[in-house]
Amino acid sequence: MGRTLFIDPGRCIGCQACVAGCRECDSHRGKSMIHLDYLEEGISAASMPTVCMHCEDPVAPCAQVCPAEAILVTPDGVVHDADKSRCIGCGNCVSACPMGVPKIDLAAKLQFKCNLCYDRTSAGLAPMCATVCPTGALFYGTMDELLADRPNVAVANTFDFDGTIVTTGVAVIVPRDRGDLPVPGGCGHEQPNVLGEPL
Amino acid sequence: MSIPLGPIISPPGTRSFRDAGGLPADQWRALVGDETLVPTHCCFCGVQCGMYLRVREGKVFGVEPRNHDINRMRLCPKGLNAYQQVNHPDRLTAPLLRRSRTDDLRPASWEQVLDVTATEIQRIQAEHGRDAFGLLGGASLFSEKTYLVGKLARVALKTRHVDYNGRLCMVSAAGANKLSFGIDRAGNPFSDILLTDCLLIAGSNVGECFPVMTQYLWGARDRGAKLIVVDPRETSIARTADVHVALRSGTDSAFFNAVLHVVIRDGLADLDFIAAHTTGWAEVAQTVAAYPPARAAEICGIPAEQVEQVARIFATARNVMAWHARGIEHHTQGVENCLSVINLCVATGNIGKPGAGYGTITGQGNGQGGREHGQKSDMLPGGRSINDPAHRAQIAAIWGIDEAELPQAGTSMMEMVHQMSAGEIRGLVGICNNPFVSLPNHAVVKAGYDALEFHAQADFFLSETAANAHVVFPITTWAEDDGVMANAEARVVRHRKAQEPPPGVRTDTWVMCELAKRLGVGDKFAFTSSADVFEELRIASRGTVNDYFGITYDRLDETGGIAWPCPSTDHPGTPRLFEGGRTYHADGKVHLQTVEWHPPADPYDDDFAMTLTTGRTVAHFLSGNQTRRLGGLVEQTPRPWVEVHPSHGFTSGDPVRVVTRRGSAVFPALVTEAIRADTVFVPYHWPFPVAANVLTIDALDPRSKIPEYKVCACRLERAEHVVDTPAPPVPPGRTTYAASQVSRLDPLPPTSPQGRGTSER
Repeated sequence: MGRTLFIDPGRCIGCQACVAGCRECDSHRGKSMIHLDYLEEGISAASMPTVCMHCEDPVAPCAQVCPAEAILVTPDGVVHDADKSRCIGCGNCVSACPMGVPKIDLAAKLQFKCNLCYDRTSAGLAPMCATVCPTGALFYGTMDELLADRPNVAVANTFDFDGTIVTTGVAVIVPRDRGDLPVPGGCGHEQPNVLGEPL
Repeated sequence: MSIPLGPIISPPGTRSFRDAGGLPADQWRALVGDETLVPTHCCFCGVQCGMYLRVREGKVFGVEPRNHDINRMRLCPKGLNAYQQVNHPDRLTAPLLRRSRTDDLRPASWEQVLDVTATEIQRIQAEHGRDAFGLLGGASLFSEKTYLVGKLARVALKTRHVDYNGRLCMVSAAGANKLSFGIDRAGNPFSDILLTDCLLIAGSNVGECFPVMTQYLWGARDRGAKLIVVDPRETSIARTADVHVALRSGTDSAFFNAVLHVVIRDGLADLDFIAAHTTGWAEVAQTVAAYPPARAAEICGIPAEQVEQVARIFATARNVMAWHARGIEHHTQGVENCLSVINLCVATGNIGKPGAGYGTITGQGNGQGGREHGQKSDMLPGGRSINDPAHRAQIAAIWGIDEAELPQAGTSMMEMVHQMSAGEIRGLVGICNNPFVSLPNHAVVKAGYDALEFHAQADFFLSETAANAHVVFPITTWAEDDGVMANAEARVVRHRKAQEPPPGVRTDTWVMCELAKRLGVGDKFAFTSSADVFEELRIASRGTVNDYFGITYDRLDETGGIAWPCPSTDHPGTPRLFEGGRTYHADGKVHLQTVEWHPPADPYDDDFAMTLTTGRTVAHFLSGNQTRRLGGLVEQTPRPWVEVHPSHGFTSGDPVRVVTRRGSAVFPALVTEAIRADTVFVPYHWPFPVAANVLTIDALDPRSKIPEYKVCACRLERAEHVVDTPAPPVPPGRTTYAASQVSRLDPLPPTSPQGRGTSER
């Protein structure tokens, strides 16, 4: 099984170490590609990082709609940020992404997004966000490694956006108290879970 | 998704990587080309995460996670941004001087400022006596420098007035530990948390104040450990707890007494352990008999069932650990609160075992080590008492002075401020502290400092306090000198110099030695490096409970840190105390102490019926002098706020004036159900006029002399507008703030329950 990112919202403390770490990554130093969102504003401190989910099926929506064919998806499943020599800053990728991940630098008219710290992952290291995450809310590894760390967790990597099913390379850990209920914004156990097989 | 891996390297962040011991530094070096990676630790909180500083062409320019035992690559946002201080454009690079308070601070030479300071010390002491001049140190200093602060005060200035800002941190816990166990430190290493079956977190917002510790908490939870959190706010940790006791601030000891009441009532106390290893049990049992759950429920404002529930979980789990922090320590009953937690741990036999014990989480990087070697007003190096003739004689001999020359115990930091106002202390040198923001009751603090005839302050940024001084010494950051700190586990760790200081900047060691020279005792301060000081510190602590003699820089490099006591160079250190139930009292027993709850110092009435509590936010550190200049952290949390329950009728963003008997300040409201309806919270990292410490009370715990930051009476009023957050003072010669700082004029209120804006989109 390949390595990927796992997001565990139950562990997130909203500290934004992932955001700060992302700024330190050499592939886009100075800019963070992570969003930290608060889930129940006014009710609790619940929070969750949003990273690029590196969509696999259908082929990443951002890449599909890019008129300049600037977004490369490499065979290892990483959906790269737009090639700066091709990107026209049109914002199609921003509109197409169901997760709200890509950003446009309006001054530079260029897109930026998480490329899974390709400078690090291609050298065998974990992405910066998962490396530094104090709680393990972002975890980089295989499903076996995750289970060795957190026995009996369930994961989901298939999401239903009002009828459009998107399967992602990045997986979300299903909160324990959800039981068999569907994951909010996703399909949980009801859809085929490809984790456990090579991605 | 499958990323190709090299044959040797497992990715950091994974279990296999950790099991393999992490990546050697030289492999990192190979990955990053011409950079040097300097292994060191974070400068901020008491967790002391390992990190590499990235250095190129002699300059620190970045950070890389480091697989140290303590943090296993993890870093919090403060740690990730810390390196930006080192070459920050706001750094002070020339000494500053003014002749009177009406003048501006102007650049001066080192000779000038040192001569002026020495002359003023001699003048004030000649006119008003030796004790008219004081020193205030800091717990962010390396232990070598804290040792020098104490020695400078006693040997060069010969004043009894020396104290440090750790007085605002964990002295209540220190006092309780000393009373109960005869030793002042946490009983267990962090790694024991992974072995526990039940974790009690009391008064500690671990997720924001010590984020990297959460990996241990979640590790314990993965094994099925229960989590009990005692806190008036539903913090990120409390949110996931098995039991969250949202008690009213200032009622902790009543709650813990009641839990012990139930433990005894239900026959769940470990009477064999108590009989073999404690004194004072009968008195404690008799005291807590007066705290049935119903009484605690009334005092604390919680359901009585929660007391029963916590007692059952605590007393029936196999191994229990209790960790606490400022939430129970910042009180006029701070020592009692800590004692009541210790009583509970001991009564259930939970000390001295893997996964069973107690700990206090130090807020400052060297909050633990900062008080061990003599900068606290009543202590000499090695944790010796300044009142003990034998201890005085030992230290006098090491320092080469007559015991009669050693001053007696002085007063605490807040008491010194009152003495400034009263004209008893007329001159002061401050090193690495910022009382204008960090001390309670701001008006009193400002009056005290303004009354000083002479005030010198050492720092690497112009803090609010330094901006008010006559002389400012520009000193090094943690990355420009060598030294050790002791973290919350009492593990001594080695910090390394990563770059030369900027031209014009000197080490604190050099400054103190130069002052000593000008005061005529240069021969006793002939130190040229931190290593020189550490050698004397080792000897000065030899044979004490706080024994550092077996710790050397080389051993720290080899081991990644050694927990004291470590009496000899072949001793492995003492990560876990009290194994076999033996404490550091002469009789080897736990001296249990009775605790009676009493109300907080600031009384409630019709005008001031609500509780104000203060604390930290994850992006900032202490007075904010360091973190309010770093763009990423300012952007994450640009301003303070007041957290209020929806029942008060405010909407998030409304300007709300918080009024106490000492003053008022306006903050944007953050309306959330994650706080008690009778309580409001304000973070304290900002200066006047949005300082939480405009509001707080300067009442002190009678034993530890810690201020009661965590509870005072207040009321809320609707205000016209939110006051802008002031930017930090700018050194002479610069008219603008650092480009990395974001605008402080953004009128938007905080948008999340934690007050942190949603990150950039």
